Amino acid sequence: MRILVPVKRVVDYAVRVRVLPDKSGVDLSNTKMSLNPFCEIAVEEAVRLKEKKAAEEVICVSIGPKQCTETLRTALAMGCDRGVHILTDKRGDYTELQPLGIATLLKKVLEKESSEQGVDLVLTGKQSIDSDCGQTGTMLAGMLGWPQVTYAANIDVEEEGRLLVERETDSGTETLKINKLPAVISCDLRLNEPRYATLPNIMKAKKKKVDVITVEDLLEGQDVDAVLTPRNRVLEVVEPPPRKEGIKVDDVDALLDKLRNEAAVIS
Amino acid sequence: MIASSASRLLTSSSAAKATTSRLFCCSTAVRSFASTLLSNNPSLLCTSNNKIQRFDGNRNNRSYTTHSQLPEEHQMIYDMCRKFADEELAPNAEHWDKKHEFPTDVVTQLAELGLMGINVDPDNGGAGLDALAYAIAMEEISRGCASVGVIMSAHNSLYLAPIDKFGNDAQKEQWVTPYTTPNDDGELMVGCFGLSEAGNGSDAGAASTTATLSDDGSEYVLNGTKAWITNAYESSAAVVFATTDKSLKHKGISAFIVPMKDVEGFSLGAKEDKLGIRASSTANLIMDNVRIPKENLLGEPGQGFKIAMTTLDGGRIGVAGQALGIAAASIDCAARYSLERKAFDEPIANFQLIQLKLSKMQTKLDSARLLTWRAAQLKDAGEKFTREAAMAKLAASEAATYCAHQAIQVLGGMGYVSDMPAERHYRDARITEIYEGTSEVQHLVIAGDIIKEYKNK
Repeated sequence: MRILVPVKRVVDYAVRVRVLPDKSGVDLSNTKMSLNPFCEIAVEEAVRLKEKKAAEEVICVSIGPKQCTETLRTALAMGCDRGVHILTDKRGDYTELQPLGIATLLKKVLEKESSEQGVDLVLTGKQSIDSDCGQTGTMLAGMLGWPQVTYAANIDVEEEGRLLVERETDSGTETLKINKLPAVISCDLRLNEPRYATLPNIMKAKKKKVDVITVEDLLEGQDVDAVLTPRNRVLEVVEPPPRKEGIKVDDVDALLDKLRNEAAVIS
Repeated sequence: MIASSASRLLTSSSAAKATTSRLFCCSTAVRSFASTLLSNNPSLLCTSNNKIQRFDGNRNNRSYTTHSQLPEEHQMIYDMCRKFADEELAPNAEHWDKKHEFPTDVVTQLAELGLMGINVDPDNGGAGLDALAYAIAMEEISRGCASVGVIMSAHNSLYLAPIDKFGNDAQKEQWVTPYTTPNDDGELMVGCFGLSEAGNGSDAGAASTTATLSDDGSEYVLNGTKAWITNAYESSAAVVFATTDKSLKHKGISAFIVPMKDVEGFSLGAKEDKLGIRASSTANLIMDNVRIPKENLLGEPGQGFKIAMTTLDGGRIGVAGQALGIAAASIDCAARYSLERKAFDEPIANFQLIQLKLSKMQTKLDSARLLTWRAAQLKDAGEKFTREAAMAKLAASEAATYCAHQAIQVLGGMGYVSDMPAERHYRDARITEIYEGTSEVQHLVIAGDIIKEYKNK
């Protein structure tokens, strides 16, 4: 089995972001960026599948500016075999690149990979922490006509390329069986705990191959704007209202009254 | 004088890097004079390797001064160690300190990450990284827990380094390789360094532990007690310095690799009850007619003092890293607190005297970090770094005690109680000015090097 893991370079989860004065987006200058935590979980799962000998190769792919090589190196240091970097200066946080465009690019990457040996599984994170769309994986599966499972909390490999996947929903866990590969699975928080990159692996990551290709070259003559122009226009980005102070109530009745009439969370 | 120093700089052994990086530190006047000197005197351009090097400022020789300039590998090591410290060390440091508990699981994890053999060649199970990576890793790990930092530094710089540098292949295979990665049972063998004795710390040449060659010449018999040994209780082996001939004074000291488990005559003293770094064990190594094969002699007979001094040079970079980590943790604690704590209706961060403290703390930390990175990069370039390492350790340990002291002050009463980590940083910081060469000894090392330089002028 060959696994492709798209990894996204996003604002680090611990950073307190600031909105630009013109409300066009978040200020990314001098902001710490890291590998999207859910993508990290996907990489970890792919590497574990390789360690269990269920997969022979794990390829990581990232779309973004030249600093994406750092993101790819982190994924390589965790155990991916090689990387693909699609170079573009467009922002990935929904203001310039959106899931439909990304999914189209990933489909192209898969077509290129398939010309040699096919990719059997695409593991994505369930969502990125900057745009929080959760759409790229599902759109990609739709475009390719591949089966998909989202919010995977456990993946078991059965014989002959069947995968048993536990899926998290608000009402509980459902178990799905993927009978035929290739497929797309998006990974949720409880799937695994990503490893720390060991020093020897950090050293090895330097030598692993990363192919760099521009968006124009990847799309081979197709109109880049037609593919990548966002379908939704971001009108403005503002900070959420600051959290209000809590209040004390005198008794349970007063609490119920507030919950029913002010917070409107119970009927 | 300028001419002679310029030419001296050019003829030093790794001239290219030395030339440009040292000239970078000179004033502009000296630099422009030197460049005129060079362009008019082609012979000065020849290095001892007989390669012509163009003097072009510092352009070809990157010296990293901040984290953002680090090459990718070092950046990744920094990120990984930082994450590990935040997630695995900082939340547990208080518990380990209170219980004086050696964090075996974490130390095994460190080994799995490659941090218990950072500078050892990959052929012997290490990560094969340079001194700069070691300094960075030490700082971040110590920022999480200073005890784990000392466990890591004693193992890397004091046990593995001398055997890796002065040992033969058989010794490395037996005493280095199994000490860099956990064995199949998931256990890591840890080592320690036995130089100090109750009767001599700074006075390392006065070792009274003796090593006598047996009558048939096949074994050494060691007698004596080593004091203040970090990792004593967890170690399986020690690099011990003993004298084979007291009349030769420090030239009679040799280094030996001494196994510690199940060895007749070998025992440990009681664990010291320390002020700080309490999760690491410190005890005496007591040797009563301990017999070791003569193959366990490290290096040449009489080379022990030199091995000790060389080892301590590199160890200073590690301890400097540890001190930087404690200082960084202290500043972190103080700065965060000052933004949250209100007095007179404002966060205390608005008050100038608090701001003065934060500024002084950070400046001392950054200065010490630059000195540490300089020493590490000189070591990596193969240049002499004794003076620079001493300066780094001196500055970093003083920065640590200063920052920890001021952090308690910023926190006020809260700094004095164990609810906040400031008091633990204060206790942990104190030892950094004492071990691996007291601050006083560092001053002597630096001054000795300056005097030597001027005597040769």
